[in-house]
Amino acid sequence: MAGLEDLYREIILDHYRSPRNRGELPVPPAVMAEGHNPLCGDEITVYLDVDGGPDDGVVRDVKVAGQGCSISQSSASMMSQAVIGKTVPEVRALVRRFKGLMSIEDADGAGDGDAAAVPGATGDDPHPLGDLEALQGVVKFPVRIKCATLAWNTLVQALDQEAPASGG
Amino acid sequence: MTSGTTTPAPTPTVDWAAVRADFPFLERRIDGEPLVYLDSAATSQKPRQVIEAMASSAACGYGPINRSAYRLAGEATDRYEGARAAVARFVNAPAAHEMIFTKNATESINVVAGAWGRANLGAGDVVVLTHMEHHANIVPWQMLAADRGIEIRWVPLTDDGQLDLTDLDALLDGAKLFSFTAMSNVLGTLPPVAQLCRAAHDAGALTLVDACQFVPHNATDVQAWDADFVVFSAHKMCGPSGIGLLWGREALLDEMPPFLGGGNMIGNVTLDGFTTAPLPDKFEAGTPPITEAVGLGAAVEFLETIGMDAVRRHEMDLTRYALDTLGQRYGSDLVVHGPSNVEVRGGVLSFAFRDLHPHDVSQVLDERNVCVRAGHHCAKPLMRLLGANATARASFYVYNTTDDVDALAEALDGATDIFGL
Ligand SMILES: Cc1ncc(COP(=O)(O)O)c(C=O)c1O
Repeated sequence: MAGLEDLYREIILDHYRSPRNRGELPVPPAVMAEGHNPLCGDEITVYLDVDGGPDDGVVRDVKVAGQGCSISQSSASMMSQAVIGKTVPEVRALVRRFKGLMSIEDADGAGDGDAAAVPGATGDDPHPLGDLEALQGVVKFPVRIKCATLAWNTLVQALDQEAPASGG
Repeated sequence: MTSGTTTPAPTPTVDWAAVRADFPFLERRIDGEPLVYLDSAATSQKPRQVIEAMASSAACGYGPINRSAYRLAGEATDRYEGARAAVARFVNAPAAHEMIFTKNATESINVVAGAWGRANLGAGDVVVLTHMEHHANIVPWQMLAADRGIEIRWVPLTDDGQLDLTDLDALLDGAKLFSFTAMSNVLGTLPPVAQLCRAAHDAGALTLVDACQFVPHNATDVQAWDADFVVFSAHKMCGPSGIGLLWGREALLDEMPPFLGGGNMIGNVTLDGFTTAPLPDKFEAGTPPITEAVGLGAAVEFLETIGMDAVRRHEMDLTRYALDTLGQRYGSDLVVHGPSNVEVRGGVLSFAFRDLHPHDVSQVLDERNVCVRAGHHCAKPLMRLLGANATARASFYVYNTTDDVDALAEALDGATDIFGL
């Protein structure tokens, strides 16, 4: 049986109590995307500032605003920490990895082998997702998967504005 | 009776333990423990009588409705029409053929918006709604607004979650329809339905009463309300999902065009066109929910046996007990939205608990098998007014007891432990 301790790991509660990178960024130069969880009404806004183009741009800063439950808020906080400093392709690969962790197959990402190309996330790293792996327990509570992925889906919307996926 | 309050007359005492014994779900164990089901405002559990009536009619009494001479079909038709008569009697509708079976209350409202609305509303015509409507009584009108340019006006709320009727006459001035809930699914508020119908009629408007939350929990009399349309769903009143009700005045239903076209709703069909069947068939295109109607009939009988005044009294007692218990235990850490006077509220408690998100509250409560709803309850405009994206909601029905309230109060402590608040 999945216990609450699988869901509410200490590191999740820490990000929930003290969320990182809360706030807003001026738009432009940043882009902004809003995400909704239609089931519960949670709303999240992701501000993304990328330095450079879609292929080699680097995430200079990310800020997160909005309200949500402990899972959506902590996931957003961890997401913001994880993507700052990464290139756009690295971020997209990380999103796919995270969705994999949530047992979600990303249809359009399937088979392009991108996930394996995340620097520092090759086969020899047993914890390629770092803190984010604390969210793995969410999979045992399927209703909450949408909470965990809200910030990530919103990040992808922002990325698509900043640097439309090349499609190839 | 003062308008706006629904305090029933004293009734003979009900053996609530015997009522509970009729609900098989109470025998269910999760992690070895029974369930504390506090989500009847979303959908109710079903008593043995309903489950058995549906099972036996599906097993050995099943057949088509209306179209065949053989006895099995005749029996099935009798049961189907018997359910219609039972539910018409249950809400004191003047005639059974004014009671239309739909899929649910949502579809019922869409029938009124789609059939009556399209025939009677054009650009600039006014429909009045309130700030505490369910999306089911908002979106169909917004669809007409987008299509037809009708105007929607809103009756606002007071601070304690009742309708603010100060400007009602001005809002109703020139309106064609006033469509409002008889009981809020978020706040539990019970607006003064008869008074609102009178005000609408004085202004020359028709009324649609969304009685989805009201009918399962209160004695209902559509004639005493003097309403024009009334909608509700079987699944919230101990019946099955898949069947809902639209009651309308015969003259209105007769004048309306049909909503769905197809089999059963026609009088005649030629290559040139069709004529419609008389009520209720005119609004029941296609094969209807046959087994579900049987379940609805059994649910009505079940509730009649308890007595709706007794149901209301039981839920008032539980609501009062819950407000007292939670208030004493958690003080200002737990805020219940809506009226504090149980005379004007039903057994629905939406609450905020400390700084916890409702999702986390319901998750923690689930660990103790306490089932409460967390979310926007399909009433996002109301949630916005409450300043929340979501609330946790506990709601009561005939199978709940004060022990369930105690279990809720106790389980909330678990949240305090986990989140260290
Ligand atoms: C007040 C109110 N109106 C309408 C509905 C819609 O009912 P249904 O989903 O059965 O169509 C509900 C159900 O949640 C409700 O609470």
